[in-house]
Amino acid sequence: MKPLRLTLWGRGALLAVVLALMAGLVMAKEAVEVGEEPWVEARMLHLSEELRCLVCQNETLASSRAELANDLRVEVRALVKAGKTDTEIKQYLVARYGDFVLYRPEVKPVTWLLWFGPFAVLLGAIGMGWLYVRERQKQTSLAALSDAQRARADHVLNPTDHP
Amino acid sequence: MIVELGHYALILALLVALLQGVLPLAGAATRNWHWQSLARPAAIMQFLLVSLAFAALAYAFQENDFSVRYVADHSNTRLPAMYRFAAVWGGHEGSLLLWLELLAVWTVSVAIFSRQMPLAVVARVISVLGLISTGFLLFVLTTSNPFERLFPVPMEGKDLNPLLQDPGLVIHPPMLYMGYVGFSVAFAFAIAALLAGRLDVAWARWSRPWTLVAWVFLSFGIGLGSWWAYTELGWGGWWFWDPVENASLMPWLVGTALIHSLMVTEKRGSFKAWTVLLAISAFSLSLLGTFLVRSGVLNSVHAFASDPTRGVFILIFLAVVVGSSLTLFAWRAGSVSLGAKMAWVSRESLLLSNSVLLVVATAAVLLGTLYPMVIDALNMGKLSVGPPYFNTVFVPLMVPLLFLMVLGVRARWRESTLQEWLHPLRSIGVAALLSGGLVALYFGWSWGVAGGMALGMWVVLGTLEPALERLRKPGKIPLSFFAMHCAHLGMAVLVIGVTLVKGYEIEKDVRIAAGDTVTLGDYSFELQRVTEVMGPNYVAKRAEVLVKRNGDTIATLYPEKRRYPSTAMPMTEAAIDTNLWRDLYVSLGEPLNNPAQEWSMRFYLKPFLSWIWLGVLMMVLGGLLAVSDKRYRRSVEARLSGVPA
Amino acid sequence: MKKIILVPLALFVVLLAFLAVGLRRDPHEIPSPLVNRPAPAFSLHTLQSGQSLFSPEAMRGKVWMLNVWATWCGACQEEHPVLVSFAREGLVPLVGLSYKEVQASDEPAGKPLSPEDKLAMARMRSQAWLRAKGDPYSLVAMDLDGRVGIDYGVYGVPETYVIDKNGVIRYKQIGAVTPALLEQKIRPLIQELNRS
Repeated sequence: MKPLRLTLWGRGALLAVVLALMAGLVMAKEAVEVGEEPWVEARMLHLSEELRCLVCQNETLASSRAELANDLRVEVRALVKAGKTDTEIKQYLVARYGDFVLYRPEVKPVTWLLWFGPFAVLLGAIGMGWLYVRERQKQTSLAALSDAQRARADHVLNPTDHP
Repeated sequence: MIVELGHYALILALLVALLQGVLPLAGAATRNWHWQSLARPAAIMQFLLVSLAFAALAYAFQENDFSVRYVADHSNTRLPAMYRFAAVWGGHEGSLLLWLELLAVWTVSVAIFSRQMPLAVVARVISVLGLISTGFLLFVLTTSNPFERLFPVPMEGKDLNPLLQDPGLVIHPPMLYMGYVGFSVAFAFAIAALLAGRLDVAWARWSRPWTLVAWVFLSFGIGLGSWWAYTELGWGGWWFWDPVENASLMPWLVGTALIHSLMVTEKRGSFKAWTVLLAISAFSLSLLGTFLVRSGVLNSVHAFASDPTRGVFILIFLAVVVGSSLTLFAWRAGSVSLGAKMAWVSRESLLLSNSVLLVVATAAVLLGTLYPMVIDALNMGKLSVGPPYFNTVFVPLMVPLLFLMVLGVRARWRESTLQEWLHPLRSIGVAALLSGGLVALYFGWSWGVAGGMALGMWVVLGTLEPALERLRKPGKIPLSFFAMHCAHLGMAVLVIGVTLVKGYEIEKDVRIAAGDTVTLGDYSFELQRVTEVMGPNYVAKRAEVLVKRNGDTIATLYPEKRRYPSTAMPMTEAAIDTNLWRDLYVSLGEPLNNPAQEWSMRFYLKPFLSWIWLGVLMMVLGGLLAVSDKRYRRSVEARLSGVPA
Repeated sequence: MKKIILVPLALFVVLLAFLAVGLRRDPHEIPSPLVNRPAPAFSLHTLQSGQSLFSPEAMRGKVWMLNVWATWCGACQEEHPVLVSFAREGLVPLVGLSYKEVQASDEPAGKPLSPEDKLAMARMRSQAWLRAKGDPYSLVAMDLDGRVGIDYGVYGVPETYVIDKNGVIRYKQIGAVTPALLEQKIRPLIQELNRS
């Protein structure tokens, strides 16, 4: 068998192939994040977690993979970089898509019941509970035990064993 | 033929349910022993008939009988066998049949495990369950018949929704429905008590084990649903405050209040009317949930295909069931005795605060879930109420609940004093605050983490301390003791898991090509390649990701993007590596160029995420231990050996 | 204490009332905030080659319709014949907005297309499509990156707007235009706007 002898062209080709392979290795890098600076990304994520994706309607803008969601995230990044505040960015989107796009409803007369309702119900419930317990204090009770008697009874009954 | 048999079985079941619903109830009212004793046989008959119908539908699926419209819509020949069975409840009609089947199971269980109760009580309870069955059977037979035929018969079915082709479908709905339907038993007991005009301790004692079992199933079902969403949906979330999720959470919250309130009624004869109201509310919320999911009234991922006629039917059913029970409540519950004395500081008052907080939380969730619909109904626009609202409103309500949990466990019945607890609790409180602060300082400060950890540790230490102390003392300890502590600890574990995940999870959304690496914390993820694979009924792009920690390879993950022929939307199958300390979660997105060289992918590092599932499992275990307590086993053994308990 | 026992029932009745009304609503239908607001301005290349740009101001003084579409959109294909026959009546000019005709997956790896190349590709594809299926548009503006779509609150092509003589949006349809819709909503609206 004849020994393999490379011509100048052959060597050049081989070198080119090796260089190309090495370039492939070098090119393998830290994957590029879709956004850019971390602070832009952080603010964009923070905002888009409170925005609704209109296409899927049941995902946040942050997590949706829909095309429009992508576009809107790009838009939000641009607005963040342009120095807009969170409120301004939300207003921008509400002007185009309506209140529906906000997952955190704004506090305005229409939503007062929503935002303050639970607290009001809590106060009401605490009030009723308090009145109830007070009512129960007025009940006549069995003859009260002395502390020593009570301690003995507890020891015998061990009430905390039977929740 | 089998299908027709199933259909006839349902019709017969309706007739039996009607008899079951009316005669024993009338018999209890008129002291007619014969009619009362029809209850148990009717329940057994109904169980057999509904099971026959259920089996017929399952058979149709197994045999790929596409002449049945429901089978054609939710299955095809290439669907794996496991999903062909689970597809029985993959759609609206079949899931209602599942509901009916489980209701029959609960009813027949009540028929069997109720020997220690007077016949009149059993008759009333089984009657109420029969009436509920009647309503659902009417609904199924008139608007949602799973046995409807389809002509011409297609050669191939449409396929089960790919989102449902996951092991989660096999257990999540049955578990969840066992919970929903299980609360109908507590409801039936409450109604029976109101009808009899006897709201006494006995009623509470009888209904408690049933309520506990329903609560266990519901807890497990909700946890499963959450876990399934986490593994299946591909965006790493596990709770979204979606209307359907809320529809399952609300009965759970009220159910938790109910099991605690039943305790007070059983032990002290107090809170009778309140406990009855809770029992009515828990089941009402189950029914409301059914309405919300099937009527198209709310915007949700989970909603079944909606149909206004169905919505109207369920609404009428809801109106009749809940309306009549609340009317009965208003009529009968006003004249109950108040029960034994109760001090300002006592176990009773602390359990009252438990009820208050849970009910207010339920009201808040209900308000947030229905608000968009209410505003729309008033023609005031369309708005969205999402996680930011619920998190803001729900979390502050849970904080005092968890705080008081520790006090409630220590408080004695009737009267307790702060001094008794103050000393040990002081040191526990300090330890909790310190641990919260230290964790937050070490890993990255946030008030949320500090607070959440402190609260979690407060419950852990506050629960372990009396438990260990009691273990040291002589004497047998009943299972219910372990049950309570296990469940409370589970709650703490859940809170700690949620706090740490929310506080410290890392997410990166990148464009990545083969050979590139992404780093999250100590972990590096290298994309090796993306290949195409064939599944039984799908084609997928599968990525191979090598995961290393500090240089050592620890796992290879294979996230996929599947395309099922039946649907346009590609399905994400996330790849998860999980252990007790963290979850590594990778999901594959779309190719970014053509031909694909770069892909969009998401990488997550979620610390302590599995603690969420662990916490739920501990709560479920706690509930199971409570039900296995000797008191209940004794009565089961007695019944099985024929001896009156 | 007696009256309070009726509270749960009362609350339930209120809830029931809301649920009953809610049954008639569609929670997926989202009205646009742009109705009765001026149509957002833009300046885009058109389907015809050459450098002339189109702006909505050019349509002042006329009632007109804007239809957002793309060749990759399935529902647009269904809607298209309806638009073609409607346009033939010549009631109002129909302007098309070609929305993101060129997608990310069309781009070869590592080399994003230049705007000129994108425009050329979009034009070529749209022209071929319109030649095959009929062209109802008096002209088509090319929204390549979707920015104009965002300004118009587009989230599900096809979408159609009716704009009056003063450049104010009077109606927005999300989803395909059907003959029924044309009869019941769009035609009467156009007639009314033409009269003013």
